[in-house]
Amino acid sequence: MTDLLARRLLFVTGKGGVGKTTVAAALGLLAAEQGKRTLVCEVEPKGDLSAAYECGPTPFKGREVGPGLTAMSMDTEASLREYLRLIARVPVVGRIGPVATAFDFVATAAPGIREILTVGKLCYEVRERHYDLVVVDASATGQVIGQLAAPSGINELVRVGLIRSQTDWMIEILADPAVTGAVIVTTPEEMPVSEAVDLAGRLGRETAVRLACVVANRVLPELFGHREEEVFERLCGRSEKAAVAKQLGVSVEAVSSVFAAARLAVTIRRDGAGHLEQLRAGIGEEVPLVYLPYLFGRAYGLRAIRQVAESLGEEL
Amino acid sequence: MSAPTAHDPAALEQLVAAKEVIVACGSGGVGKTTTAAALAAAVAARLGGRVLVLTVDPAKRLADALGLKGIGNEATRIPTSSFEAAGVKPKGELYAAMLDMSESWDALVRRHAPDARTAGQILANPLYRNISRRFSQGQDYIAMERLYELHEEGSYDLLVVDTPPSRNALDLLDAPARMQDFFSSRLLHWLTVPYRSRLVNLASKPFYQVADRVLGSQLLQDVADFFILFQTMREGFVARASAVDRLLHDLRTTFLLVTTLEAVPGREALEMKAALSERRLHLGLLVCNRVLPSTLTDPSSHEAAEALSAGAGELAELLSRQGAGELPADVTARVIEEVAGSFSNFRQVATRESELARELSSAHGVTVSVPYQPGHVADLSGLLQMGGTIWGEPGRSPRRRRS
Ligand SMILES: Nc1ncnc2c1ncn2[C@@H]1O[C@H](COP(=O)(O)OP(=O)(O)OP(=O)(O)O)[C@@H](O)[C@H]1O
Ligand SMILES: Nc1ncnc2c1ncn2[C@@H]1O[C@H](COP(=O)(O)OP(=O)(O)OP(=O)(O)O)[C@@H](O)[C@H]1O
Ligand SMILES: [Mg+2]
Ligand SMILES: [Mg+2]
Repeated sequence: MTDLLARRLLFVTGKGGVGKTTVAAALGLLAAEQGKRTLVCEVEPKGDLSAAYECGPTPFKGREVGPGLTAMSMDTEASLREYLRLIARVPVVGRIGPVATAFDFVATAAPGIREILTVGKLCYEVRERHYDLVVVDASATGQVIGQLAAPSGINELVRVGLIRSQTDWMIEILADPAVTGAVIVTTPEEMPVSEAVDLAGRLGRETAVRLACVVANRVLPELFGHREEEVFERLCGRSEKAAVAKQLGVSVEAVSSVFAAARLAVTIRRDGAGHLEQLRAGIGEEVPLVYLPYLFGRAYGLRAIRQVAESLGEEL
Repeated sequence: MSAPTAHDPAALEQLVAAKEVIVACGSGGVGKTTTAAALAAAVAARLGGRVLVLTVDPAKRLADALGLKGIGNEATRIPTSSFEAAGVKPKGELYAAMLDMSESWDALVRRHAPDARTAGQILANPLYRNISRRFSQGQDYIAMERLYELHEEGSYDLLVVDTPPSRNALDLLDAPARMQDFFSSRLLHWLTVPYRSRLVNLASKPFYQVADRVLGSQLLQDVADFFILFQTMREGFVARASAVDRLLHDLRTTFLLVTTLEAVPGREALEMKAALSERRLHLGLLVCNRVLPSTLTDPSSHEAAEALSAGAGELAELLSRQGAGELPADVTARVIEEVAGSFSNFRQVATRESELARELSSAHGVTVSVPYQPGHVADLSGLLQMGGTIWGEPGRSPRRRRS
């Protein structure tokens, strides 16, 4: 349906906890299964990616987690070191520690320094064609705009210096919609949806990266169609429940609990559907919107990632 | 759910009556803001006094419910008539305010800068906007700082403060200490030694050469200028940060930990609990929010669901015969199967939740479970209802326990 995986660089973002890591890990798996050499990079090195793939630590230099699939975690100090060595060709003697700390400190004040080291590394992997596809488990809404806008934004602050002279090729990669795309993950809830809509707008206004796709994660199944709903309402009547209980030889309370649970499921689903309508209205008709089912069983680890990858495969 | 034991409804009242500050914390999206507002509303309605809830980025519907329009640090009163419209005669007064990050930072700079001119220079510095938005833990610090200020003002009997969605909930607790560290760090010192002498001392150092080459000396200069200005506020900031820290540790302050019973927030809540006790901060109330009904884990309901699933076809035939054509057998069978299947799906989730609830609720003050509330808190009446659940309104909420 979409040509999402035909791109070379995908930033997966969204509100905290919506399923960014899950979706990024699943996209990586899917791409690798399609024969692409794939890198999945976790920008916030929390170890969630290694938990998703149930592998050991995923260092900056990468770890092979499957055929054609490499996982890594971002580390701005390591990125700085690589940058100095490969691009700036600055001879770094001895420990880089103090330099990195100082950079860290300067980066606290100057926008874009840390971000450029993050985005720079990712663009570098794309440019060097080490991989066919780089999937980024990116930062949440708050930080991601700063990261994606860094190569263009940094020009305002850094007037001279090597960093400045290195941004053009990054912008070229980021701004090409055939190469780079953002994937916003959300859930059918109020705040995640309003953040997603907000983020979609800001991506367009403040960064060169185009929105490639929105993923609504944790969508509950629809229990009933219209006719079923009518029948369900009738079944919830007192005499019907009593008849059911009698026939099954269980208590009316127990039957009521089971029916009440279904009603709750319907209500949560309906609340969610309302939020998804807001989502659709907010992002516009032209952006592909993909739904991923709620996983009732264990929703983390490789098995869950495989399940999500499968759903994604069907939808994409 | 793990069998909830009955709890003493006076426990929460006693806790709230003894405290002046309640800090709501927990991981992102669990319902901190909603819970803080609901608790404040319940206290204003039931216990009385002047109660203020300080919210951070409330959802639009909640902001509307509290009459919060736009941004700004002004507190607004929720009129008694709104309570009465919701069928409640409040004993006290409820106020709400929204934390305005940039306005709070500006106020802080004005307070701590040695003179108006320096304040003006800092506020106009291009790096300042960026720092005030992004300084790590800046948001957390501002929330705690605003709390301190309101507490000092002393115009409220109870302050319920909401906290920003941190990437790491623990950052909140350490924000004042980090602010102090920041000002005493060697790097700040280095960056703020007069530029000329730094050039002399450091131009020969490899770091400077690298930094200069990569970043450009102009940027280094800008950053240094900014920190030199910033440094002038050091004394005020450090004194203030330690006062904020003292308030958090004060006997009159307690923490309200909000969580859902999903895996990630639950794990973070457990960590938060440990961190609070490690730092000797008082955890008075744990709210498990959006929990599924306890009947989902009842063995008898499970048995009924299994029986429904096994006997769906037969049952549908029977009902359709009795139902005078309104219950067509095929549709009815489908509905029964869906109902049973959905029960077993949600039962899986509820079983995980109840295990987590058990782990979380051990060994501390009051634990309250707030059920998932469909079409949630669109108005004050919804807030009051949730507040009632937390408060332990008789007959409304059987799912409370105290350990
Ligand atoms: N489809 C799903 N059904 C049920 N649970 C899910 C689903 N997708 C993700 N989850 C669960 O939601 C939680 C958050 O997922 P994940 O870690 O992928 O989110 P995230 O956006 O990366 O979070 P963070 O912002 O903390 O990095 C995890 O516990 C995960 O198991
Ligand atoms: N008991 C509940 N039942 C159903 N929905 C709820 C419940 N409590 C809160 N919500 C909803 O969950 C969403 C998140 O709530 P809220 O904004 O209070 O969370 P938060 O922890 O403050 O989030 P953030 O970390 O983003 O500040 C809101 O849409 C709110 O209406
Ligand atoms: Mg993640
Ligand atoms: Mg909030």
